[in-house]
Amino acid sequence: MGGQSKTKACACKNISEQEKYNRIAEVIEEYRDKEGSLIQILHLAQGIYGCLPHELQQFIAERLEIPLSKVSGVVSFYSFFTTEPRGENIIRVCLGTACYVRGGKQIVDKLQEILGIEVGGTSKDRKFSLEVMRCIGACGLAPAMTINDKVYKQVNPDKLRSILDQY
Amino acid sequence: MVNITINNRKIAAREGETIMEAARRNNIYIPSLCWLDGVHSVGSCRICIVEVEGARTLQASCIVPVQDGMVIRTNTEKVRKARKLLYELILSDHPRECLSCARNQSCELQKLGEMINAEGDRFVGERSKTAIDDSSPSIIRDMSKCVLCRRCVTVCNEIQGIGVLNVQNRGFDTVIGPAPGLALDTVNCTYCGQCTTICPVGALQEKDSTEAVWNALFDKRKRVIVQTAPAVRAALGEEFGYEPGTLVTGKMVTALRELGFDDVFDTNFAADLTIIEEGSELLERLTAALSGKQAVLPMITSCSPGWIKYVEHTWPDELDHLSSCKSPHMMLGALTKSYYAQKLGIDPKDIFVVSVMPCTAKKFEITRPELANDGLPNVDAVLTTRELGRMIKEAGIDFESLEDSRFDSPMGASTGAADIFGTTGGVMEAALRTVYELVTGRELPFEDLHVKPIQGLGRIKTAELSIEDPLPEYSHFGGTILRIAVTSGLTGARELMEEVAAGSSPYHFIEVMGCPGGCISGGGQPRPVDDAIREKRLEAIYSEDEGKVLRKSHENPDIRKLYEEFLGSPLGHKSHELLHTHYVKRGIYNQLID
Repeated sequence: MGGQSKTKACACKNISEQEKYNRIAEVIEEYRDKEGSLIQILHLAQGIYGCLPHELQQFIAERLEIPLSKVSGVVSFYSFFTTEPRGENIIRVCLGTACYVRGGKQIVDKLQEILGIEVGGTSKDRKFSLEVMRCIGACGLAPAMTINDKVYKQVNPDKLRSILDQY
Repeated sequence: MVNITINNRKIAAREGETIMEAARRNNIYIPSLCWLDGVHSVGSCRICIVEVEGARTLQASCIVPVQDGMVIRTNTEKVRKARKLLYELILSDHPRECLSCARNQSCELQKLGEMINAEGDRFVGERSKTAIDDSSPSIIRDMSKCVLCRRCVTVCNEIQGIGVLNVQNRGFDTVIGPAPGLALDTVNCTYCGQCTTICPVGALQEKDSTEAVWNALFDKRKRVIVQTAPAVRAALGEEFGYEPGTLVTGKMVTALRELGFDDVFDTNFAADLTIIEEGSELLERLTAALSGKQAVLPMITSCSPGWIKYVEHTWPDELDHLSSCKSPHMMLGALTKSYYAQKLGIDPKDIFVVSVMPCTAKKFEITRPELANDGLPNVDAVLTTRELGRMIKEAGIDFESLEDSRFDSPMGASTGAADIFGTTGGVMEAALRTVYELVTGRELPFEDLHVKPIQGLGRIKTAELSIEDPLPEYSHFGGTILRIAVTSGLTGARELMEEVAAGSSPYHFIEVMGCPGGCISGGGQPRPVDDAIREKRLEAIYSEDEGKVLRKSHENPDIRKLYEEFLGSPLGHKSHELLHTHYVKRGIYNQLID
């Protein structure tokens, strides 16, 4: 994945819009002749830009000389991609079978209530975005959720506030 | 050779073919929906499932290749139950508006339901939201009717190489279309309408013009004048159950009169006129080039509005290569509202011109501001061949029992050269018949006037024609080898345009038609279309040509009269005003550039 690439994904905050586009252009040049590289390019572009708004999708489509509808098709298919800026911290609640039966849904409900947003949304203070995953491969820890790279196991909905307070 | 068994019948299948193909070749009909022979097999609808001995699950026969010893059953209890279930699930998210849908009786989903004996509403649930995109003057998208077969995606991306339509979102929210939030008129859709010819349901259709035409016909103050394109007569019969390739020219003219049109003209007349104007333009460009002056070559034909829109979007810096000739029906419209209005002594404002075309892009073409004279559009409405079929049925006309009749004067007579405008290679052949004879004084040196190398359904066809012993006034053409290329469908056009843009095109003259096969299988023609049907329509077009006494445009006596009485000379002042046009630079989001 992106780890081996010299244009490693990172949500750099302090570089200008133009610099971000330049870096994405570099990514495109690096991957353009590799078959099936659109997903990889989008993944890295989202890492650089933070999200994949319409204009950025147009930029990628034009550079790759492929139809915009193909780019938007991939972006709108995978829930990992987002067209709007996301919060500082990404909460992902697992709703795979094991987590679902052990109360994953209640975690989602409670988070929606606390943050005042729907799944896929971002809190007003841009601190949190809420997403749902279908199995993160931690079924033994069910119900599980992640915030950024940290995994929370056997989450109790009543403890959610104190977890969020750490961020 | 692969030995398989289908429904206890031993069949010798071909290496690499699918179960579906082997079955069809042996007259075993496996019900299917998304599969389109030779065009699209992705197995997305699963309707064509069959039982294969030894396989764990039912197999989609349109994507599974045959293997030696395969034992297949297409009509077991398990298959029938599963097929019905799949069908009912598709139907559970399909609006039940069959009676008011334009595809009623021609809908593949409806036919399939009849075939598999579908029952009522077993599954009731949420429906996809209706989102009608009627932004384009040519094509309407109604995604509530879409069954997600993806045929249009294949046609738009692979056959036409445009890629306006792709799969967006996922699961229940899936729609086929441009990027979310974009309508057809904000992208580089050429309006070729090939998607409307293969959509199995009513999700992609031409924008209706029948209402506008009925209104004009019922308006006592309007003189309503109709014209028909060359390809319409070779396909309209299919709407009434005739075999593909049946010419119905005479019955079509009678039907148009019975519908109440005041004059029935022939776009073919204007096709002959196009040859005179476009041929003169070619000679002018070639003469300039041969005498070392600035000339833009190759010159490229301009009859196909889908092709024109494609070139405007994709190659905006190469528009000078296009002939400045309007397409034939626009020429005829312009003449109807000038030459013919004068003859009748009526105000052109009171004339309503209807074009019956094999084309959906023509519906857009008539809205172009460049294609108007004195503030009036040259043509007021375009009906597709399919729409004319509908109107004739609606009027209760028994098409089969109609007598033949002839087009009206003064814009109804045409030569065989005009007939072949309807097929790929035809415009080029018609032009060569006239240009070669004009320059050398001799007939085009091909058997029966047919330029064999540029005929047929090949993607890119080329030929060379050497010009020896020209007439004295064309002596500068002596020893010239005229290089020509012909393509139909936009992937071939792209290839030729890449050469043009790079300055490496070896050709003097190129013919492009936007739809594969040319107008005979245009976006407005009857469904279904495949290569066998294209071939039959093509043969019909050539037989119409061969049946004519006059087969070269410059021999059309009414064209001569038109120049004498009205136009003056080819490329003259009046011609420029009425018969020629210019093009517009567009970006790929349909934005105008400079």
